[in-house]
Amino acid sequence: MRRPASPPPTSALLACAALLAAVAAAGCRGGSDRPDHGPTDFRDFGVPPIATSAEPLAPASASSGPLPSRFGFGRPATAARIDSEDIDVEPDGTGLPPGRGTAAQGAAVYSLHCVKCHGPSGTGGSARPLVTEKSSRIRGFPFARIPFYLPTVGTYWPYASTLFDYVRKAMPQDAPGSLTDDQVYAVSAWILWRNDIISRDSVMDATTLPGVVMPARGRFVLDRRHGGPEVR
Amino acid sequence: MSRTGDSGEEDRGGPKSAHGAHGAADGRSGSLSRRGFLAVGAVGAAAWAGSSLLPSGVDRVLGPSDAIGGRGSQGAGPTDPGDRPVFEPTGAGLPTPLGERAPLERPRREVSLPGPNGSSLTPLEALHGIITPSDLHYERHHSGIPFLDPHAYRLLIHGMVERPTSFSLLDLARFPARTVIRFIECGGNGMFGYRDPNPAMTPQRVAGLTSTSQWTGVPLSVLLREVGVKPEATWFLAEGDDPGHYARSIPVAKALDDAMIVYGQNGEAIRPEQGYPARLLVPGFEGSANVKWVRRIELSDAPFMTRSETSEYTDPLPTDTARIFSLVMDASSIITFPAYPVTLPEKGWWEISGLAWSGRGKISRVEVTTDGGRTWSRAALETPVLPRCHTRFRYVWKWSGRRHLLASRAVDETGYVQPTREALMAVRGPATMYHWNNVRAWNVWPDGGVSFAGGGDL
Repeated sequence: MRRPASPPPTSALLACAALLAAVAAAGCRGGSDRPDHGPTDFRDFGVPPIATSAEPLAPASASSGPLPSRFGFGRPATAARIDSEDIDVEPDGTGLPPGRGTAAQGAAVYSLHCVKCHGPSGTGGSARPLVTEKSSRIRGFPFARIPFYLPTVGTYWPYASTLFDYVRKAMPQDAPGSLTDDQVYAVSAWILWRNDIISRDSVMDATTLPGVVMPARGRFVLDRRHGGPEVR
Repeated sequence: MSRTGDSGEEDRGGPKSAHGAHGAADGRSGSLSRRGFLAVGAVGAAAWAGSSLLPSGVDRVLGPSDAIGGRGSQGAGPTDPGDRPVFEPTGAGLPTPLGERAPLERPRREVSLPGPNGSSLTPLEALHGIITPSDLHYERHHSGIPFLDPHAYRLLIHGMVERPTSFSLLDLARFPARTVIRFIECGGNGMFGYRDPNPAMTPQRVAGLTSTSQWTGVPLSVLLREVGVKPEATWFLAEGDDPGHYARSIPVAKALDDAMIVYGQNGEAIRPEQGYPARLLVPGFEGSANVKWVRRIELSDAPFMTRSETSEYTDPLPTDTARIFSLVMDASSIITFPAYPVTLPEKGWWEISGLAWSGRGKISRVEVTTDGGRTWSRAALETPVLPRCHTRFRYVWKWSGRRHLLASRAVDETGYVQPTREALMAVRGPATMYHWNNVRAWNVWPDGGVSFAGGGDL
């Protein structure tokens, strides 16, 4: 989905300051279970190494004359066409439609459309769990260390926008895309509430959803593997 | 990902601990492994003692695909040579519009995860050379396979471009085309052998989420030039036309390097389960980034953070973080012969053979050990050796008739060496979730039986 031009990239200085502040904050909490950090803003990840080829792939054809700068194939896409297909939602809320819902309203949506695969409380059924109960949560982000500590929306998903984006287009699995926008807001709210991220009465809409701070935000670090002898 | 109910591995009491399948130096665990192997291998391996072992022919195929694979019950596999299907020639065949495999050649994918969010595995041990037949290419779907009308197909490219454009399939086919041979490997390949090795695992089960095809299509760079990609665009979203509109963010740098929109696979139209009528090909990237049934590409200056690039296909690390956009598949390899469930009928000369591949370029060498890692020898690489493509390695070995631990390790052109399971576990943690490219080992027992030995404790 189109969004306005992004703000200028965070300067290196600010990034350093933010990192120092974060480290200091972690120190103050007396916990240093986060020796490494990732960005919190999705615009700050940069681009991973892609292992470039020896030569970029280009047309191999001989030609009867110089190739044109454009072939002119295809048809211009109209704004209406783009709007009808451009369904994605980005972490800053770009693409979120009008509508609203609360966890209280979402409970009904959940019991009707989600229970059969995700279980009555969201902790799992034939599909993956969506919820980690407070009593089952393990401090830190120990997914590489503890086998079968299953990631959930509450413990692993870094952006709330992803929840709306995915539920709206892909759920329920036997009728993807069948929920109304209000239903998607409501059931998203229910899942966030069950994970103790928002209150039961918090209204989720195009303004509030992108502001939800997910517990896993900042836990993701950009891939830096680049070949060579080091195993990473 | 879960085991299929009919694989028979869990039901038959094979050892399932992380170290259940090794035992070169440890006689106790070795004998445990051996018992487990005998228990699980009764149908598969014992039936084939003394068989002729055509390299991927009748014997091999009837072993893994009937005894281990998805068709029929466990008891359906032959239990002695007298129970094998009888082949009765019925006279000379005549030309037909569509060919079929020879009647007793029955390689099968193994459905490892049923349902729309499912997967099936390529029978690596049944393959010759480097090409995977299209109907044996592994599958991984997130909301099932759509069956799309090629006449109605459109690819929309928009976002940070000068000219948002809609391309029909004919439009795509009219651009100058390229054909390349490249592997696609699921980011989740290798999980069973990393987390839970079991003596009765076939190459298909250990690493069957990788396949190689010859792909034909248009370079994505040509399409981006056509629509006038803006300089500030650094990422694009590729979105499929499957029911759940699966989507992933890909760096534009990959589009300008070797990404393609492909419509041809092994000389014909792409199979429905591989993205018919057109898919994104990002060579060397994890399979899930090669978005199938691609209907929309949106250029942007940031990643989109879709569900499948955040909540899955990210790698938890022991530092209490997770690696995101870990797209490139590191070098990997597996011996596909000899491997469970075959039995070598006699000592003497045998050719060890397998596949190696790297998402970063060409395989530069493959080393094979037959003594549990004490010595490594260079295997021959069969040409063509192509970048980001399965490479066939071969090593002729004189089997002494004693127990041997076999393993292969691949080295790619960047100097990356396929790590041992222990080395990978040290940097990723025992419970990490993707990109398990560790060295895999096989035990050859004195009676000729072969069992999976996990990472082999090399």
